[in-house]
Amino acid sequence: MSLLTTNYLTPTGREEAWRFTPLKRLKGLHDATAVIGDRQSLQTIAQLPAGVSFTHENLDPLAPSDDLIIGRIRAASSAVSHLSIASKVEVGQPIFLGRTSGALDTAELSRVRISLGAHAVATVVLENTGDTVLAEDLEISLAPGSNLKFITVQEFDSKSVYAARHHAVIDRDAQFQSITITLGGDVVRILPTVEFVAPGGSAELFGVYFATTGQFFEHRIHIDHLVPHAKSRVNFKGALAGQDAHTVWIGDVFIGSNAEGTDTYELNRNLLLTDGARADSVPNLEIETGQIVGAGHASTTGRFDDEQLFYLMSRGISLADARRLVIRGFFHEIITIVGIDSIEDRLMNRIDSELEKVGV
Amino acid sequence: MSRLEIRNLAVSVNTDAGEIEILKGVDLTIESGEIHAIMGPNGSGKSTLAYSIAGHPKYKIVSGSVTLDGRDLLQMSVDERARAGLFLAMQYPVEVPGVSVSNFLRTAATALRGEAPKLRTWASEVKDAMAALNMDPAFATRNVNEGFSGGEKKRHEIMQLELLKPKIAILDETDSGLDVDALRIVAQGVNRAKEMNNLGVVLITHYTRILRYIKPDFVHVFANGRIVEEGGAELADELEAKGYADYVSK
Ligand SMILES: Nc1ncnc2c1ncn2[C@@H]1O[C@H](COP(=O)(O)OP(=O)(O)OP(=O)(O)O)[C@@H](O)[C@H]1O
Ligand SMILES: [Mg+2]
Repeated sequence: MSLLTTNYLTPTGREEAWRFTPLKRLKGLHDATAVIGDRQSLQTIAQLPAGVSFTHENLDPLAPSDDLIIGRIRAASSAVSHLSIASKVEVGQPIFLGRTSGALDTAELSRVRISLGAHAVATVVLENTGDTVLAEDLEISLAPGSNLKFITVQEFDSKSVYAARHHAVIDRDAQFQSITITLGGDVVRILPTVEFVAPGGSAELFGVYFATTGQFFEHRIHIDHLVPHAKSRVNFKGALAGQDAHTVWIGDVFIGSNAEGTDTYELNRNLLLTDGARADSVPNLEIETGQIVGAGHASTTGRFDDEQLFYLMSRGISLADARRLVIRGFFHEIITIVGIDSIEDRLMNRIDSELEKVGV
Repeated sequence: MSRLEIRNLAVSVNTDAGEIEILKGVDLTIESGEIHAIMGPNGSGKSTLAYSIAGHPKYKIVSGSVTLDGRDLLQMSVDERARAGLFLAMQYPVEVPGVSVSNFLRTAATALRGEAPKLRTWASEVKDAMAALNMDPAFATRNVNEGFSGGEKKRHEIMQLELLKPKIAILDETDSGLDVDALRIVAQGVNRAKEMNNLGVVLITHYTRILRYIKPDFVHVFANGRIVEEGGAELADELEAKGYADYVSK
């Protein structure tokens, strides 16, 4: 199969969207030199409840994308793994999706659709593990009044490359909550993006990332408020430890001239646990109407708070345990939103072991 | 029987304007069961003394010694000092986001006792300690000091004092910011810790009010980085009447 079309320009690294990304480590996903393997790795983990289906079908994209990797995926494939939750179905238990196979010598181009019918309610967990090279065009369609909690966990092994866009299209009064957790991989670049297509919708984008020695994790958020009376919240927290650990957080929020009544706030906090790590954090708000409820952003990058460590240690707690408590505490606010004990425990333990690995 | 001995302690801090000496030779000995009140003007170095003994990294020991039962505290890390039996109730207790009071207390008790407290008895131990300080049990699930009022933070400090059972405690202005009822409750907590564990106490305060509840065996006047006068409980009343003018000009 011929690889990727050449209609798309190959980024040089000077483009705004690519200026932080280590292109050389993308294993050819960006410049069409990757050899495409023949795999569709996404699977459902357990029996699906009534009203939920998982199929492979040919679907047109929900929304255009100017990301060139997404463009290449679409040019190469119309086959989509489609998780669909029918109208009015309320799924009590989380639906688990995961990946069963991967490879480093070839790349997978994946298209995924998650769609909720009107007034459907569901929690979907997508867990990425193993060593793989994966480019993913994941689109989420929320019909009017539907409600999705979407948890993605990137626990790739250390050589993996993952370049993805997670795009949600939110219809009238629909509610979208995502928790994007990135803890493993060599290069992970995710574009969590949202567009509102009718008034009354809400989107809450939460995220946690922890990059250790040499890892590059980028989260490039974009929220388009082009219709009135939608609400968005973004809160990403990251920790970095070890030489050349590098994270990038971009928060682009655009409020169009018709989007009166918009209410948006975005926040990014980074904790630099050692020297030699680098956190880039760039919030960016563009507003074309004054008729809004609120719009704001905040971004901080700091180190361990000596006063917190002193307080804990003055109660007999060792430095290592004090640091562990502070880091767990830092992430707790977001991890607790996951609401699934087994995942929360696993993530906290993983965070502990990342800490141990770099000897903080 | 425990003894905290502070000998000729001089301490400095680094500032933008260079190193400045704050403690200029402090001598003080505290034994189990004794209550020592320290009173002195703002900025005289009382908190510096408390933090230096506890090992806060901001303070640099210039000279002198601090020993607890003959062991050199100044060579120990902050947590080792606590495990040696020292406790500091802070003037400004620190907020630790995302760490629940119950998790914090359990981690501290585990560190101090050398093993995790038994789950069954631990729950009631914490509940009783909180009840004794008139703290709502809901505080156990809140984050450490986060959003606590000034008085709630102080009660939380004394609750830890009772739960963690140190040998010697330094209470830095624990009475500041307490309403009349809270003051009595906190004082009772300190007195209980003294009775039950033969606690030795250094009580840093600006007011004689708390000394009506916690009877000092000694009162020390602190000025310009050292102890300039010592006496019994009557000295506190004298200070309240006359202020520190005599000592500051000395
Ligand atoms: N980083 C610093 N830079 C400059 N001065 C400092 C610094 N840290 C402490 N000091 C000074 O050291 C002195 C002693 O402070 P300390 O907090 O020990 O006083 P205190 O006796 O506890 O006062 P208070 O009764 O107001 O609590 C003060 O004058 C304070 O300004
Ligand atoms: Mg003070």
